[in-house]
Amino acid sequence: MQTVFSIGVDALAYGMVLFVISIGLSVTMGLMRVVNLAHGAFAMIGGYIASYAARDLGLAYAVAVMLAVFGTILIAIPVERLLYRRVYGQPELTQVLMTIGITFCVIGIANYVFGPTLKTIPTPESLRAPVSLGFRTVSAHRLFVIACGAAVALGLWYFIERTAFGVKLRASVDNAAMAAALGVKTEVVYAVSFAVAVGLAAFGGVVGAELLPIEPYYALRYMVTFLVVVSVGGAGSIPGALAACLLLGAIDVTARYLVPDFGNFFFYLAVILVVCVFPRGLMGRAQ
Amino acid sequence: MKHVAIAALAAVLMGSAAHADVIKVGVVGPFSGPFALQGKNFKAGIDAYMALNGNTVGDDTIEVIYRDIPTADPAQSKALSQELVVKEGVQYLAGFYFTPDAMAATPLLEQANVPMVVMNAATSAIVTKSPYVVRTSFTTWQTSTPIAKVAFDGGTKKVISVVSDYGPGVDAEAAFKAGFEAAGGEIVEAIRMPLQTNDFSPIMQRIKDSGAEGVFAFLPSGPTTLGFVKAFNENGLKAGGIKFFAPGDLTQESDLPALGEAALGLTTTFHYAVSHDSAENKTFVEAAGKALGNPAELSFPAVGAYDGMHVIYKMIEATGGAQDAAKAVEAVKGLSWESPRGPVSIDPASRHITQNIYLREVAKADDGTYYNKEVQTFEKQGDPGLAAAK
Repeated sequence: MQTVFSIGVDALAYGMVLFVISIGLSVTMGLMRVVNLAHGAFAMIGGYIASYAARDLGLAYAVAVMLAVFGTILIAIPVERLLYRRVYGQPELTQVLMTIGITFCVIGIANYVFGPTLKTIPTPESLRAPVSLGFRTVSAHRLFVIACGAAVALGLWYFIERTAFGVKLRASVDNAAMAAALGVKTEVVYAVSFAVAVGLAAFGGVVGAELLPIEPYYALRYMVTFLVVVSVGGAGSIPGALAACLLLGAIDVTARYLVPDFGNFFFYLAVILVVCVFPRGLMGRAQ
Repeated sequence: MKHVAIAALAAVLMGSAAHADVIKVGVVGPFSGPFALQGKNFKAGIDAYMALNGNTVGDDTIEVIYRDIPTADPAQSKALSQELVVKEGVQYLAGFYFTPDAMAATPLLEQANVPMVVMNAATSAIVTKSPYVVRTSFTTWQTSTPIAKVAFDGGTKKVISVVSDYGPGVDAEAAFKAGFEAAGGEIVEAIRMPLQTNDFSPIMQRIKDSGAEGVFAFLPSGPTTLGFVKAFNENGLKAGGIKFFAPGDLTQESDLPALGEAALGLTTTFHYAVSHDSAENKTFVEAAGKALGNPAELSFPAVGAYDGMHVIYKMIEATGGAQDAAKAVEAVKGLSWESPRGPVSIDPASRHITQNIYLREVAKADDGTYYNKEVQTFEKQGDPGLAAAK
């Protein structure tokens, strides 16, 4: 029984890390219809900024997180204006080619500027201490990540479903021409949603760095996992992404505990089954 | 017809003019991509050797040509090696970070009359694939066997083995098992985890549940190591008194700043520590650090490359610059020298390097950095992996 609880905690923590990093991709792919393979690159940029701020400049963790999120958005704005804007509404292949190109550039630049070694983001003492849950100890950082995941899920759901901006966003996504005719500034809507998605990527990159350490190849190394989460959850659906992360996290962690020799077999088996039964993902919208 | 005649004449002239010539060495390694750091170390080791010993042997000038192979890719490795031999006319092939890459190029050697100096790839069998292969790095068997003795003598009798599920991981598991069971210990469980593991908590739970007193671990150096060591601490295994044994890939110097305090006290066995205390090593670390630009990135592939160049220089010396693979390899059999890692020699039978293996413990230096502190020496270790394979 203790083992079951223990696996449960690990699964929840891993699922939430996946969620925080992947949700931004779900927003760009589902709501903006851009296959953004540079998502991992933005998460990595966030990680590098946080690492530089916290480790080399000695700033507090919270400040480093803020800097990472806003710094990455700042870098992303010209990229959006100059590059992404040209591929909105283009065929997927064009988008894939452009975004994978951006990814390779970012990998090269990161390698050149920061070197190929691992970069850590020092966490404050309060997040490093192990916390006893009665039946086992987990690091406070894991609990922090779980809380972050929950906060992001709630906040984003509120933002998209309950605010005036969310209404405009959904309108622009469903029919850009009609939304524009009704006075919605679709360009602004897209720019803001892109900034939010990039900010979430950076945030995920920073808080998830304990599990997915920051190094130049980060941008590609974990991209498949992020894409899997989006396709299983259904692009653009926040509850879907959350469900997908928890499901995949649980399967991955349990399989690793019981039959580690099978590797990622059960993870991908689950992915295949879900995609067969729900071709648009668990909660994807019909098109 | 005239052209053919001129070409033939030119070939003859060039052949006879092999003395006082440019001798090319082709180096295949990962210079970009996820393993770029290791390739960078190859280059640093080579640059350091050439900076300290000059770029000439006798009258001949040595030129190194690099070819990039970002991840293990046997077909590409073979193609690049072939291109180096045919188009660039290299007389020596060297480098090779991954075993499959080295294996794929071995069939070329005899026909091309080119010796291969393996500067990293650590599977025992590579040297058996061609009589022209010489290795100056290490094998996983070589570095993993002594730790079994260390574990048993330290009072740990029940160990769980946890390795990444790929060639070197399986090698490490087998080497440790052989050594530990021969000493009288018991392997309670052997787990192979997938290479793409990000979260090690479930593995740590398995270790806890197995009731082992210690864990033997092998993972390729790089990002996963960090997750593994952190999980080991965070899940209370270190605090719970479970001993940690591993070959030194896990605590390579370039990963130590990231591992930080989590690595403190980890014991590993390996052939080279940047901290090794000798005059040769001091010179080497200084030269290689300069070649790298950032001395903190220095790691074990650099020393394999440095000694690899030493072997190649000796080969060129022995053949006088003429292309003669058999003579070149013959000349370095039994060659012994003082490497930055300590005294080494090339075993005449296997053409693999015989070297000291050191037991190290991660310690904190006075300036707050972490390093591998050598605490015990196992002298003149050969490769037990070849014997085990027979």
